[in-house]
Amino acid sequence: MAVYNQSRSNTIRLIVIITFVLIALQLFYLQLVDRRYEQLAMDNAVYPKVIYPERGIIYDRNGKAILNNTIIFDLMVTPAEAKGIDTLDFCRLLNIDTSEFRKRMLDAIVKNTSVRPSVFKAMLTKELQARFEENSWRFPGFNLVERPLRTYPYHAAAHILGYIREADKRDIERSNNFYRQGDYIGKTGLEAYYESVLMGQRGVQYMIKDNKNRLVGAYKGGEYDTAAIAGRSLRTHINIELQQLAEVLMSNKVGGLVAIDPKTGGILSMVSGPNYDPNDLSGSNGSKNFSRMQLDVSGPMLNRAIAGRYEPGSTYKPLGALIALNEKVVSASYGYPCGGRYTLCGHGKPECTHAGGGHAANVRLAIANSCNAYFTHIYRLTVDNPKYRNVYDGYLHWKEYMNAFGLGVRLGVDLPNENTGGIPDTVVYNRENAGRWTSCTNLTLGIGQDKMQTTPLQMANAMCIIANKGYYYTPHFVKEIEGEGPADEALLQPFQKRHNVLTNIPDVVFNEVIEGMSDVVKVGTARGAQIEGIEVCAKTGTAENYTILDRRRVKLPDNSMFVCFAPKENPRIAIAVFVQNAGFGATWAAPIARMMMEKYLVDTLTAKSKLDSARIASTNLIPSYFKRLQYKEDSIRAFKWFQVTKDSSYIDRFSWQQSRQGSSSPFRKNPADEQLPEWVTLLSATYLPERGIAKLKMFTT
Amino acid sequence: MRNNPAISKGIDWSLVWIYLALVLIGLSAIFAATYQEGDSVLQSFIAFKTDYSKQFYFWGVTLVIGFFILLTDSKFFPTTANFWYAIGIILLLLVFPFHSRIKGTESIIRIGAFNFQPAEFCKIFVALALAKYFSRPETNFNRPGSQFTAALLVLIPAGLAILQSETGLALVYFSFFLMMYREGLPSIIPTIGFAFAILIIASILIPPNILAVLLSVIAVLLIYFSRRQIRRRRQILTTVLFIWAIAVGIQRFAVPFMFEKVLQKHQVERIYNLFGKDNPYDPQQRVLSEDASKKKKESGSSYNVRQSKIAIGSGGFFGKGIFSATQTRYDFVPEQRTDFIFCTVGEGFGFLGSMLLLGLYLTLLLKMINIAERQRSTYSRVYAYSVLSVFFFHIAVNIAMTIGLAPVIGIPLPFISYGGTSLLTFTVLLAILIRLDADRQMVLR
Repeated sequence: MAVYNQSRSNTIRLIVIITFVLIALQLFYLQLVDRRYEQLAMDNAVYPKVIYPERGIIYDRNGKAILNNTIIFDLMVTPAEAKGIDTLDFCRLLNIDTSEFRKRMLDAIVKNTSVRPSVFKAMLTKELQARFEENSWRFPGFNLVERPLRTYPYHAAAHILGYIREADKRDIERSNNFYRQGDYIGKTGLEAYYESVLMGQRGVQYMIKDNKNRLVGAYKGGEYDTAAIAGRSLRTHINIELQQLAEVLMSNKVGGLVAIDPKTGGILSMVSGPNYDPNDLSGSNGSKNFSRMQLDVSGPMLNRAIAGRYEPGSTYKPLGALIALNEKVVSASYGYPCGGRYTLCGHGKPECTHAGGGHAANVRLAIANSCNAYFTHIYRLTVDNPKYRNVYDGYLHWKEYMNAFGLGVRLGVDLPNENTGGIPDTVVYNRENAGRWTSCTNLTLGIGQDKMQTTPLQMANAMCIIANKGYYYTPHFVKEIEGEGPADEALLQPFQKRHNVLTNIPDVVFNEVIEGMSDVVKVGTARGAQIEGIEVCAKTGTAENYTILDRRRVKLPDNSMFVCFAPKENPRIAIAVFVQNAGFGATWAAPIARMMMEKYLVDTLTAKSKLDSARIASTNLIPSYFKRLQYKEDSIRAFKWFQVTKDSSYIDRFSWQQSRQGSSSPFRKNPADEQLPEWVTLLSATYLPERGIAKLKMFTT
Repeated sequence: MRNNPAISKGIDWSLVWIYLALVLIGLSAIFAATYQEGDSVLQSFIAFKTDYSKQFYFWGVTLVIGFFILLTDSKFFPTTANFWYAIGIILLLLVFPFHSRIKGTESIIRIGAFNFQPAEFCKIFVALALAKYFSRPETNFNRPGSQFTAALLVLIPAGLAILQSETGLALVYFSFFLMMYREGLPSIIPTIGFAFAILIIASILIPPNILAVLLSVIAVLLIYFSRRQIRRRRQILTTVLFIWAIAVGIQRFAVPFMFEKVLQKHQVERIYNLFGKDNPYDPQQRVLSEDASKKKKESGSSYNVRQSKIAIGSGGFFGKGIFSATQTRYDFVPEQRTDFIFCTVGEGFGFLGSMLLLGLYLTLLLKMINIAERQRSTYSRVYAYSVLSVFFFHIAVNIAMTIGLAPVIGIPLPFISYGGTSLLTFTVLLAILIRLDADRQMVLR
């Protein structure tokens, strides 16, 4: 019967051949037509590993590294390989309990599977790292992986240097996806301003990975790899020792301090209070400290030296004198018969601390004694100058002077978020007074009040202009960039340009005012600022201020201010110190500035100065109303937290009624007087004094 | 068989060369898939440690066995065929009390260090027994009784394999129907089988209700256009209606029943994945596909096929070379030493290499048909066709599954895949064929 079916052998041949042709066609399609698979295979197996460059180092003027890099170690675990270790022993080594160990292992497996390494403990302390390294052979599957860390050997200059953090969505978008998830980016300070210099260039290492995403080797022997290029370093004008002293003096104070070398515009020191140790944001507790500081109402993250707006008060007076003298509305010998108050506007304001005795018999005396009536008057004479059509014109002319002094404009310091301060336009006064106002309306501008607002940096720069007799260099930190190229020139060029803003004022006029400022220290309001052998020119300032607290206008202690430059001949340093709610300018701001000058010009402090410094450093001048503000902020946050999560554990800490159960008193006690919960006080500025106390050792030893 | 010339007399050497070429390709593919940088090759051969060295030793053993088969008298095979078949069935039954307890390997008996899978090499015994049955003078394959007995010979081991959750191996037994087709299986049976297959595929691709309507429309149209014939012969109408009822019944009831109750979940999934669909009989998956149809979980088998296609597709024309084949070298393709070994060839040697391998296989298969047709005895011919059927099924399904043309069925690629049992089975199948072919002038019964 076989014979009958022989034809079927051909059918079978056909079936076989057709099947093979189908397979061949599919192979033809997969391997030759559809090129998608090549890319898919690349995506599958090749991992572009980003090699992060080291960020640039920042040096002070003497070549000391004030911002450096260090290596810190993360303890990584590959759970699949970490079998059979002595868990108990391991936990003892790391000071954790076994349930924590299990939890972390589980987290690692959930996050990255058991065959890929995950972080078991990030950023080991030096001690733990050493302990682990000794015992590492006993714990297979665990290993240490380097991670670069920013470190601040002098624990200083936090606001100047700024900080880096992982780039967020906005950073990535703004950079056109140049930055990627996981990249670090300078967020503020020099780190942000010189980001392009400091960041360096990322490298890429193409690695082959296997099906479980483990890296198993270099792709094509590293043929396509690019090396990372380290970030370049910055040499700054900062004098780190001076900076440290300034920070100590400003500890437990709210305000700003700026010291500039008038010859170059290089900033020697800049402090904003409250201050913090930059290492706090960099180490293993970085994120924790970061959020804690952000919740602090005293604003330790805010750089008040460039962004704090203060009425300059009497520190404005040398500028007022210069303008009036240059406009020739008064002469140097012009005197004003001040009887304790200014009466020409009818309301007897402002008052003056002195009365009679010829304390404003000429410009020099008026500056030395800081006569309010005198400067109010010459301000009015300046804006009511008959040279101009009316007060509006005169005012605008005065404002031009102010802007030339760098007030009410952005100076262009090499830090982000500089504030312009405020010299109002006539528009503001027109609006407020229905277009009808006279020099009497804003007469306190003459003593640096009304709507005049300046930053400490602006006032320090104004001192530079006086010290230089008419010109200034834009205040800046960076002197040079390592391996400077044409692209960097654009960064540094603005700082090399001399701004001859007020060189039209003759030197005699400057000398008159400088003499007056010199008298301030010799015979005037700031005799405490005298330094042996150095002629200091200065001006004190005390400004009243108010705040709204619990819907009431509360008068706060005065702001204490001091501006100065020294020595009188050939000035080398100009300083502005603003201490919020501290009292008279001569009491706090002046000695602070004096220590700074002494340190910078003489290099060592006398025994008496050291004692003074310790006294100033240990005095807590942080306004007490911050506590109340903090309490309100925290309780509001706790309430919002409760609204969102229905978790009442936080809000309970604020309900003082509950804490005193059974109290029949119908009167509510002021919560600000209550003992604040521990975590609230923790959030407020209380951790700052500890730092100050630690630094006192600097003087006692 | 008294002296040497007699042994080699009549042996078709081309088969031997093809065999050697395939085994060497297989060894190098296994080497490429499992060699790790820094392995000491010599060391691994001595230590019997790595897969390629193991496979090499297996090959040595199978060569010895194959050589002994070539020395055997051809008459030995028909005379002992029934005995071997009985042994095979007993071994398959022995699996049930003695199988390895490891999940997923219920078809394996372990003796010491050796794993041993009766369902795999029972194919040889079935082929021998079928040849024996067909070559009996009293067998008339045109009679349904004989057809039934022949089918039973195949379906018993197939059923036992299914009971051992080796659906893939069981399906191989169905390939014997190709041989039966050659031996005179009425055309109606493959036709029905084909129609059945189409119906099942259609019921996977088309929603049940729409398919039912479609079938009804086809039936109505058929009746309408053949109304003249129907008027003459009423029987046609009944036949059409009967077929319509069967078809709808299968599509509405039998297929869901099969997918839900008979086949295992992963098998149904593989079938659906082949057509790019989610398994609708898996309640979990149903929820998943409703909730997040876009983020659907890639199931195991579709992952395999995807990775396998990536590997093969990325090979290009010339391939990446054996050690630059990233996909296969770094374990992206699961089971790539065994069932997915073709990926290694496709990625490492590209379209060119794949075509060469396909060419070798095609030559082998066509050669087998030629050999079968030149046999004098029915026994040899039936056996040759059985071998052809088994090889064809293995090769076609294995390669088709790696390139996404067939569902994932875990069957090895002859002579290439890693695995001692499969290498031995195919070598023995081929060796017996060569032996029988050497005596093609003899009439064996």
